[in-house]
Amino acid sequence: MALDQSFVGRSYPPTAPYEVGREKIREFAEAVGDTNPVYTDAEAAKALGYPDVIAPPTFVFAVTFKAAGQVIEDPQLGLDYSRVVHGDQKFVYSRPVHAGDRLTVTSTIEGIKSLAGNDILDVRGEVHDEAGEHVVTAWIKLVARAAEEA
Amino acid sequence: MTAKISYADVEVGTELPAQSFPVTRATLVRYAGASGDFNPIHWNEKFAKEVGLPDVIAHGMFTMAEAIRVVTDWTGDPGAVVEYGVRFTKPVVVPNDDKGAVIEVSGKVGAKLDDNKVRVDLTVTSAGQKVLGMSRAVVRLA
Repeated sequence: MALDQSFVGRSYPPTAPYEVGREKIREFAEAVGDTNPVYTDAEAAKALGYPDVIAPPTFVFAVTFKAAGQVIEDPQLGLDYSRVVHGDQKFVYSRPVHAGDRLTVTSTIEGIKSLAGNDILDVRGEVHDEAGEHVVTAWIKLVARAAEEA
Repeated sequence: MTAKISYADVEVGTELPAQSFPVTRATLVRYAGASGDFNPIHWNEKFAKEVGLPDVIAHGMFTMAEAIRVVTDWTGDPGAVVEYGVRFTKPVVVPNDDKGAVIEVSGKVGAKLDDNKVRVDLTVTSAGQKVLGMSRAVVRLA
């Protein structure tokens, strides 16, 4: 069943702060095999002008995707998550995420389309730090494939 | 923020050093833990096949994380990335052997923008198939 277009523009309350830890950044950098010292050595990060180690560009996805759960699991929207695949992903940064950041995410439904029986949902997640400054905006496109015919 | 590549030294068409990133089942388990994405299609062959996939597939976000390394290794400063977007077009299938799969990434400057920024267009393939489409980053150079 097609998703309700009237949900376009709906925003969800900001999430509780996610505190970015040095060791979590290290774990992520190691998992993607990236040895850039700016992810693990605070001195290397400071030499580039950052207050602490920074996170790889896609690290923040874990935070914004969890926030998008408010939309995905909204019973009123009624998305069938078992049929969902990740279509597109985009980030626009004001600055890199760094250790010590306390990030909140505000998710907004930017678009709902129905195409050949597939539901296409675009969600924007605005990420701010504790001071209320913008850090990054993440856009996720989710595609709920049409139910297969028996 | 101090990228080691100078805006004046690049032009449209400048190629970034290409890289290959191996991915095995162990890589995926590790990425699952680090990212918190425990979807069984990324580690459980039986489940993956039940939902119509040929085998276990890599997390799309893992591929996205590897692809941008061609840009961040080039600039030296990952904080120089101001924009990064991809489309997930085909899954990276990861067989259960000691070889796994390989993600091949190349990139070139697609446009010179204002404020010392350039757009880098990435080509990302595995087993000869394009796995990311519209894969583009905007990065601020020195």
